[in-house]
Formats: sequence, C-alpha cells, structure tokens
Amino acid sequence: MITWIRGGDLVDPVTGTVEQTDVLIEKGKVSKMLPRGVFHGDDAGITLVEASGKMVIPGLVDMHVHLREPGHEYKETIASGAMAAAAGGYTAIACMPNTVPPNDCRAVTEFILGQAERAGAVKVYPIAAISKRQAGETLTDFGELKQAGAVGLSDDGFPVVNSELMRRALEYASFYGLRVISHCEDRSLSGNGVMHEGVVSTRIGLSGIPDASEDIMVYREIALARLTGQPVHIAHVSAAASVDLIRRAKEDGIRVTAETAPHYFTLDHRRVIGYDTLAKVNPPLRTPEDVEAIKAGLREGVIDAIATDHAPHSSLEKDLEFDRAAFGMIGLQTALPLTLRLVRDGVLGLADAIKKLSWAGATLLGVSGGRLMEGGDADLAVIDPDYEYFFDSDRILSKSKNSPFIGESLKGIAELTMVGGKVVWEKR
Amino acid sequence: MTKFEHKDLLGMGPLTVEDITLILDTAESLKAISDREIKKVPTLRGKSIVNFFYEPSTRTRTSFDVAAKRLSADTLSLSASTSSMVKGETLLDTARNLQAMRPDLIVLRHSSSGAPHMLAKEVEAGIINAGDGINEHPTQALLDLFTIREKIGRISGLKVVIIGDISHSRVARSNIIGLTKMGAEVTVSGPPTMMPSGIQTLGVDVVPDPARAVRGKDVVMLLRIQLERQSKVLFPSIREYASFFGLSNDILRRANEGAIVMHPGPLNRGVEITSEVADGPYSVILDQVANGVAVRMAVLYLLIGGAKGDNVDQGR
Repeated sequence: MITWIRGGDLVDPVTGTVEQTDVLIEKGKVSKMLPRGVFHGDDAGITLVEASGKMVIPGLVDMHVHLREPGHEYKETIASGAMAAAAGGYTAIACMPNTVPPNDCRAVTEFILGQAERAGAVKVYPIAAISKRQAGETLTDFGELKQAGAVGLSDDGFPVVNSELMRRALEYASFYGLRVISHCEDRSLSGNGVMHEGVVSTRIGLSGIPDASEDIMVYREIALARLTGQPVHIAHVSAAASVDLIRRAKEDGIRVTAETAPHYFTLDHRRVIGYDTLAKVNPPLRTPEDVEAIKAGLREGVIDAIATDHAPHSSLEKDLEFDRAAFGMIGLQTALPLTLRLVRDGVLGLADAIKKLSWAGATLLGVSGGRLMEGGDADLAVIDPDYEYFFDSDRILSKSKNSPFIGESLKGIAELTMVGGKVVWEKR
Repeated sequence: MTKFEHKDLLGMGPLTVEDITLILDTAESLKAISDREIKKVPTLRGKSIVNFFYEPSTRTRTSFDVAAKRLSADTLSLSASTSSMVKGETLLDTARNLQAMRPDLIVLRHSSSGAPHMLAKEVEAGIINAGDGINEHPTQALLDLFTIREKIGRISGLKVVIIGDISHSRVARSNIIGLTKMGAEVTVSGPPTMMPSGIQTLGVDVVPDPARAVRGKDVVMLLRIQLERQSKVLFPSIREYASFFGLSNDILRRANEGAIVMHPGPLNRGVEITSEVADGPYSVILDQVANGVAVRMAVLYLLIGGAKGDNVDQGR
C-alpha cells in the first residue's frame, strides 16, 4: 500500500528550498522523495493525492497550546483540540500544564497521552509544570515526568515569582534535557490590568498592563540562563523591549530562545476599542510599534518559533464585562493563514515561515517532525496558500469559538493533514 | 432646531458640539420646572426608565430618579443586591430579562469600563452610562459644562484645571473630552502616580503641582480621592496628599479673578479640598447638584421624548 502525493511544491524548512516533488509513503513513513516525473506507478495499490499547484509542508508543530483537559472539558478536550490542530495543518502540539488538576505528576501526563491516543488525530506532547500545583514553591519530579512522556517544563499562566526556584529549575532540568519555558510576567506590575497600558487604555478607561511587566521577567530569565549556562525559552513574546533584550542576549551567546504568537504580529491594542473581549489576551495586544518589532524579531531570527498559545474559553468566560472576561484566544486554525500573510508582506520567506511553524518547535522540544525526510514519519500537510475564505465560526473545530479573527477574510488553508501516513484532516 | 440622533448616551466621545449645545440649551429650559410649585410636567408620561445601579451611588441615582419623575416617567430602581446578579446571573442575562419587560431607557452604573457599551449592543432600550468603571461619566461632564456656562457665560476659550487621580477618574475622562470639544483649554494636575500613560494625546497639558497648575485658570475642578478604592502605593498618606495636592485658599488665590471651584462629590473635606474652599464664595458645588437634575431631564427627554427635537416643555 503506497500513498503518492504527486507534484506538490515541497517546502524544506532546513535547506530553505521549495521544489516540485513527489512524496511516496509506505507503512506510515516517507519512503521516497523524487523529482516530479520520475515515478510512474500503476494504479493498483496506490492511493494518489494530487498536489500539483499546492504545497506540501512538514506537519506544523505547535509548542504552546492549552487543551483544558482534564478539568475544563466544556472549553476544549484533547480530542477537539487535536482535531482543530489537524484542520490547521498541525501534526503535533504541546499542551501546557495549567489544567485542573495541573499536569504536575506522572498520572496526569499519562492521562493526557492516553486521551491523545484515543483521539487519534495529531501527536500530543505534554509539557509538565515546573512547580507542584504550579504554586511556585517546590519543583515537580522532572525525571519521572520525563519518563512518563513530558517534553518540556513550564508554569505557563502562573509565572514563577521565586528567582531561586527558577534558577534551580534551569539547573535541574538540564540533567534530563528538558527545556524550561517561561511565561514572563511580573504580576505585581500587571496588577488588575486588562489590556496594554498606553494611549488606548487611557482613552477607553481600562486598567493597563505595562510592557515592563513582561520585559522585567525576560531579563530575569536571561540573567538566570547566563548564570547557570542552561537554556531558557521565552513564551509568547509581545513587546518590543523583550525582543531587544533577547537579541542582545543571543549576541552575547546566552542560551535563550523565544516564540511569539500570530496575534502579536497581526493585531495591536486598538483592536480592544469597543471592549471586544475576544481581543483580551495575556500578554495583551500592544502598540503598532511593538507589532513591527515582533515582525523584525521574526525576520532576524531573534524569535525562533511561532506558537499559537491556543487558549479556548467558552461564552461563559467571554460574554462578560471586559474586566471580568478571561484572557486568551484560540489560534490553531488561524496560525497558518496569518503567518502566510507575513510571507506575502515580505517579512518572511516561505521556507522560513514554515520553519518557524514546524522545525523550530520540534527541535526546541526535542521531538520528531518539522521536516520531511526519507525514512521519517509521514507527518505532513498539503496546503493551498492562495485559497481565500471568510473565517466564520462554523469552520472552528475547537469547542470554544473565541477568535478575534471571526468574520475576517483569510488566505491559505490546510487541504489535507496526515499523521504517520494516515489522513487526519481533509478539507471538504 | 438641531436634532438629537442617538439611541444611547455612552460617553462624551460620540457627541458633537451641536449635540452638547442642544443638551445644555434643553437643560436650561427644563431647569425652571424644578423651581415651580408643581415640579412635574407630563412630557415622558407612559415611558419607563430602569435605574440599574450595579455599583453603590446615592447622588447620581437620586438625581436620575428625580429627573425622571419630574418628567412623569415611571421609574424602577435595581441595584446589584436586589437583582439576580447576586444569584450569579450575568449582566447580559439580567439585561435581556429587563429588555423583555420593554423599558424605554436603562440608566446603568457599573464598576466595569465598557459595561454600558456591551449592553447597548444587546438590548433595544436606550442606554445611559451613569458611570462605568474608570472610563466615563457623561452626565457628570454635561452638568459640569452646564454649570460653567451658567456661571461664566461661555466654555470656549476658558482655562480649566482638573486636579486629582486622573488615572482612575471617569469624571476626569468625560470632562476632558467634553471641555476640549467645547473649546476650553484643559490642564490636568496631581501626583505622577495618578497620571495615565499618554494623557497628552487627549489634548491636555500636564502640570503635576497644583500650586502652579491653578495659576491663571478660570475653572478649578477637583476629583474625589477614593480613599476606599485607591491602591496603597499611589500616594503615601492622606496627610501628605492634603498638604501637597489639596486645594486651599492659598493655592486658589492664584486662579483668575472670578474663578469657580467644582467638585463632583462626595467631598473628602480636608483631603482634596479644605472646608474654607468648599464653603467659600467661589464654590459652585451645590449648583452642580441642582444642575444635575436639569441636565439629566434634558438627556432623558432628548433620548426618548416623543418626536426628536420637539418643543421641550410641551406640558406647560
């Protein structure tokens, strides 16, 4: 049984090449990658996927999603999140530990992996908590969590306040080769803020979160990475000042890496005018200057990866007064088209954009995928970068519909997503 | 006559100079009603108005209630503790339930900025913002504009200083928008901890020291220091605030001849204002309260009073 993906433009994020290539898949693996026209299969025993005029990309790898299971299954389950991921062109996602209970022990990690297995869509990699109950007091059992299948460590959503604990986390995690991912926020400075502190918050009377609340902690993590010599990864960078700090740290040879999310290079704080809670997110949408700095950071390689920070919330948390509504927006089905917009705008080359969506996350977490190679898993997506559509809520496969992009015209979509040679998503 | 084409009064932002002038003119003709022996006209007979005060308020709620009754509207008062919101009902559900009873207007006071804007999208009834979080309090600004015009005769070209916690004041925000729109020059003053980021973009000057800021001003507007609400790090003590930012006669002397002193109330005597100033000859604080009723009558009338732009005092 052979699957033949014929004539698509294959994007290799490592070599940076885009070439028309036939991809042959056998037993879940890529068996051959050939220039077009070399392979002539007879029809018997071959499943043909016609991809000419389309692009074949390695399945996207998202290193930062929230799947809400266990605990808040009414917002998202591992199965629904995995389906949304597949529809977005993703073949692997890494889920943050802030569930109820949090993923701070083997039992929860194993539960997540079991649910992902039963869902059978994309690969799900658990990220475990840095501290027990994400309370910032005691380290979790890193070794046992790694044995159970955790691929990284983060107290995302509950920044580690205690600098010694963070230092020890970096040191101890290095023994197991687990990357520590930091949600950088000084909560005492964020206070009761609900949007970026600036001219818009002043004008519409909402309490602000200053950008310093993020970059103070970015600098602390850089200082700790320097002190310990160990790597640290900065989650969801939103502020120009953070980009500058990371750029300088990288120039100094400090082992810091970073991700941003599509909303931080697409939207700015003016989107909050009108008090639309769909635009409420943490860190908050910042100024147009910050948006430009994030784009520059992506272009220059200061920001390594694009992750979604997919954060499902139901209408129970969103149809509220702005200051009472939850922070967060979904993103699995909009990341690809919004990143392709950067390609059309000349911010990123196509292969570089795909690299930030796939290879970067896979290598940062040390998991497979992110590049198609002979002998490797057939985790891929066939995308149509020119397909234009209205993004309405009927398209959303997440249980929650909290996207600020609903009603927008988007360009670029995954037509087919395959995990281990099995089709997990096909656009009708 | 200009027409008032709004369903809601959510803030000073959406109002034009003509709208504001129309409200002030209408208030002027309605003010006399409160001085009559029979303080009531049938203008809004058969209309129903819900006063929905999610946050405690005596002055504003009473003022709206009196205004509605003088125009013969039926009023219904709800507070957070008497509504189902204490039972966990959301604001939107409460609003939809109210809407089902078909009120003409909902007057909303709420602790969340943007709450009236959310309601306005959801219900058919007109919404009046009676103060939302730290955002706006448009009827307060309108009554302040009315009082300034009444006392000084104009607004355009006047120099106004607003002193206090500019960051957390909906009164300041509405007044800044309204005053600048009407051609006044506005200066804001107070401790730097209470100055919001980029306040200059609203078209005001910032002079933190009141002793300097008051110089050459025609109107000195004070804000209430919210002793109960302010976080502990905005200023060190009441005593220090009073001595460096409170308005005393010593400071007031630097204002222009005939300057007026305003305060939205309730007063913290001895904190943002000394008693000698509050009770002194330049204070128009009680006029503000009286004018509040007239201005709110005007707003109610213009939003739901018969054919828009009709003669106001048709019950005469």
